[in-house]
Amino acid sequence: MSDDLLPLAEVYARYEPVLGLEVHVELNTASKMFCSCATEFGAEPNSQTCPVCLGLPGSLPVVNAKAVESAIRIGLALNCEIASWCRFARKNYFYPDMTKDWQTSQYDEPICFNGYLDVEVEGEVFRVPVERAHMEEDAGKLLHLGGATGRIQGADYSLVDYNRAGVPLIEIVTKPVFGTGPKAPQVARAYVSALRDIVRALGVSDVRMEQGSLRCDANVSLMPIGATELGLRTETKNVNSLRSIERALSYEIQRQGAILADGGKVKQETRHWHEEGYTSPGRSKETAEDYRYFPEPDIPPIAPSREWVEELRATLPEAPAARRRRLQSEWGFTDAEFRDIIGADALDLIADTVALGCTPAAAKKWWLGELARRANDAGLELDALAITPAQVAELQSLVAAGTINDTLARQVIEGVLSGEGSPGEVVATRSLAIVSDDGALLEAVQAAIAANPDAAASIKAGRQQAIGALIGAVMRTMQGKADASKVRSLIMESLS
Amino acid sequence: MANELIFLDAAALAAQIAAGDISSREATQAYLEQIASVDNNVHAYLAVDGERALAQAERVDAKRAAGEALSPLAGVPLALKDIFCYEGLPCTCGSRILEGWRPPYHATVVQRLLQADLVILGKVNMDEFAMGSSTETSGYGNTHNPWDLERIPGGSSGGSAAALASFQAALSLGTDTGGSIRQPAAVNGLVGVKPTYGSNSRYGVVAMASSLDVPGPFGRTVLDAALLHQAISGHDPRDSTSIDAPVPPVVAAAKSGDVQGLKLGVVKELGGDGYEPGVTAQFEHALQVLQAAGAQIVEVSCPHFKYALGAYYLIMPSEVSSNLARFDAMRYGIRVGDDGRHSAEEVMRLTRQAGFGDEAKRRIIIGTYALSAGYYDAYYGSAQKVRTLIQQDFVKAFAQVDVLVSPTTPSTAWKLGERVDDPLAMYKADLCTIPSNLAGNCSGSFPAGLSPDNGLPVGFQVMAPPMADDRLYQVGAALEAGMGSTLSQLVGSEAWEALYV
Repeated sequence: MSDDLLPLAEVYARYEPVLGLEVHVELNTASKMFCSCATEFGAEPNSQTCPVCLGLPGSLPVVNAKAVESAIRIGLALNCEIASWCRFARKNYFYPDMTKDWQTSQYDEPICFNGYLDVEVEGEVFRVPVERAHMEEDAGKLLHLGGATGRIQGADYSLVDYNRAGVPLIEIVTKPVFGTGPKAPQVARAYVSALRDIVRALGVSDVRMEQGSLRCDANVSLMPIGATELGLRTETKNVNSLRSIERALSYEIQRQGAILADGGKVKQETRHWHEEGYTSPGRSKETAEDYRYFPEPDIPPIAPSREWVEELRATLPEAPAARRRRLQSEWGFTDAEFRDIIGADALDLIADTVALGCTPAAAKKWWLGELARRANDAGLELDALAITPAQVAELQSLVAAGTINDTLARQVIEGVLSGEGSPGEVVATRSLAIVSDDGALLEAVQAAIAANPDAAASIKAGRQQAIGALIGAVMRTMQGKADASKVRSLIMESLS
Repeated sequence: MANELIFLDAAALAAQIAAGDISSREATQAYLEQIASVDNNVHAYLAVDGERALAQAERVDAKRAAGEALSPLAGVPLALKDIFCYEGLPCTCGSRILEGWRPPYHATVVQRLLQADLVILGKVNMDEFAMGSSTETSGYGNTHNPWDLERIPGGSSGGSAAALASFQAALSLGTDTGGSIRQPAAVNGLVGVKPTYGSNSRYGVVAMASSLDVPGPFGRTVLDAALLHQAISGHDPRDSTSIDAPVPPVVAAAKSGDVQGLKLGVVKELGGDGYEPGVTAQFEHALQVLQAAGAQIVEVSCPHFKYALGAYYLIMPSEVSSNLARFDAMRYGIRVGDDGRHSAEEVMRLTRQAGFGDEAKRRIIIGTYALSAGYYDAYYGSAQKVRTLIQQDFVKAFAQVDVLVSPTTPSTAWKLGERVDDPLAMYKADLCTIPSNLAGNCSGSFPAGLSPDNGLPVGFQVMAPPMADDRLYQVGAALEAGMGSTLSQLVGSEAWEALYV
């Protein structure tokens, strides 16, 4: 990486970023878009295939009605209009992961169009206009072996897994997003995050970025402040986490800023995001690809009846924004506290934890405290940590019952994260439960007083703050497995 | 010389098998012998599967012996155009690029044939990916017209027609995209029907032009074709363009042949200059026969038919360019240049260069061009508009008449090689048949005797509205009753003797 970067503050002082986001959502239908093959992730390569998704000569597609339903529900949740008549089209291009050498997609007649999604960044609401949401099929997965780069160029040979070929995708494309100013990367992140929440609430996809069931291509261009003509944009691919979206866009904005500030011209191209923190150009094409789209003759037009659309509208879950307002008031958090929760992407986790009996305050404390810290250290999204809301609720119930204290709870978390089992199991195997035997505690208290005669004398003389040393000594003896308030009262009793 | 069993039409053969007078095995054996005797000269078959055919025949005989009910065509041997997936036999589509590919599944229509206990003798030659009117674009050699071995058998289902006309099968199946069943039927003296688009499943039929292709029957008689039509027809959930409606009463229509009061519209635009005099003469003669049988004859104009050929040669290649993309050497068929020195892209290119013939390449290039950005509206878009106008011509015409009629093709069978270097002359063979494909309605070719010019068969085309396929058979049966069999004039003729040389 050797790109010149212009500091963000300078970029935003001179240029207005314009975003464009393309999100692919892999539906969790039981079968593929055009055949009845299973869609399960991680199966034996090429075990979930048939003549249709292998594109064998003579095979024909049949549209998965459940996928159409999911597409419409996503569209409705994004405030889109639903086409009364739409078609599939063939996007023609040659590639070994394409079984028919065309992708069955939608082109100029998408099923959902003209919607929007409101997202909030630091208390400010941005309306992201949605141009379209359309149905298409996924391609197979290529694995290039023997080369240095893992790309097709230079590989000794390549393997293809067609299990993914024909898995239903919904592609959601925004219109150009103006007016975000310096918050552009955060707006992009908030949009994808909100989209993910909606799709998850609809129950139509697993939306796991790390498994590729939600993929985002982030477009951005810069135009001088006050200008009306859009700048040349880049499209950054391989952005596989919410955090990466924000980072990749910040990087591109600085990179483009440096080029423009230097009087240069941004090259319109596809770029590749690297987790090390930079983008690099994709393979440049000498000519623009001509996909020779035409209406798919093997699939009759799809005409969702208005009655059906209204039936589906009635099945929509509570809109995320309304849900947030409701939860905030139910939980009694301040605006600032609630923003922290949203910012940490912990709303669903906390909601799930609270639903399992934990108090909102405790749920927030764990997810935004110890767990957020550990996720950050590990470079993971919070929901990718190996601990479930149920386990956090169990942890808190152990604390509430006095079985462990907060300090011990951190050790329990460590145990859960390293796969030692549920909080209860970790407490048992690591012997972390607080000692409730007064005899053992009293013995430790006496020993601590005997070993610290000065501190004991100070307390007797009325200097209460000296008790800290004695409590510390007792806790050390008990290896932390004691209730501190109980230790305090035992010390006071012994010295009175 | 030949076993007499092969001269029974399919309906009669099935009846005798059902009655126990003949075994399906004997009949199948007779056809295998005929193939052995004459196919050296005709070259209709690309693959014969005698062993499996005999096993299928024996199953029918066992069923009959056990007193089980038999379907109307049980035990009748048939030939499949090499475009249908039939598990266990190669499927080449007449192209070198698919050499060696054995489909792992049956086409729906094949499945139905097997369920109805027909006996599949093997697979027959065709123009490469069904693109041609003479079977000369096949990558596996020419098929010869049994009426004159020097002449073309028509195309693209030339093998299906030649096999049936030379009595190497009792029935055969073809596909029709622009005339590929009707034109070969016409030049071989057979019945060939292009059913309503969507009424016969395309699942497992290798696609040429998806919006035009339809599988259909060949028969030596009108009833034979109707029985086969009935056996393969009907809704298939695996083909999204399949029509979910009852099969029209084709068999009853073929048996009745009553045209009393039926209104026939002679399409003004399909005849006159450019039609062989003998073809016109036989067409006129057929009209008289039908009129004598009680039909009313009127002239009808379909003004947009003259644009049909042009629209067809944009829509069809556009779909072809996309449908033939999958033959890229990655998954099946031949692979050229896989020597570690060529990239995947280069292997695709080398394979397609070596595997496709000229006509396939010509249509891929035309279609690719027609769909290109900047040309789409002018070519593909305009052609689709013409298609709508042609559909409207049909709708208007069928408001006046029950069926439309024309010669099936402007000429009788021409000499092999005569039009190979003149694609336009070749394309004109489909002048009369293409409008029905563009509109999706049904259409059939029925024998109209021999041309007085050269003694070769002439076809009479009948066109009916979508899902009124029964009307085709009704008119066809009346014609057959009035004109007698055309094909029977082949048996015993000089041309017939030549088959055995």
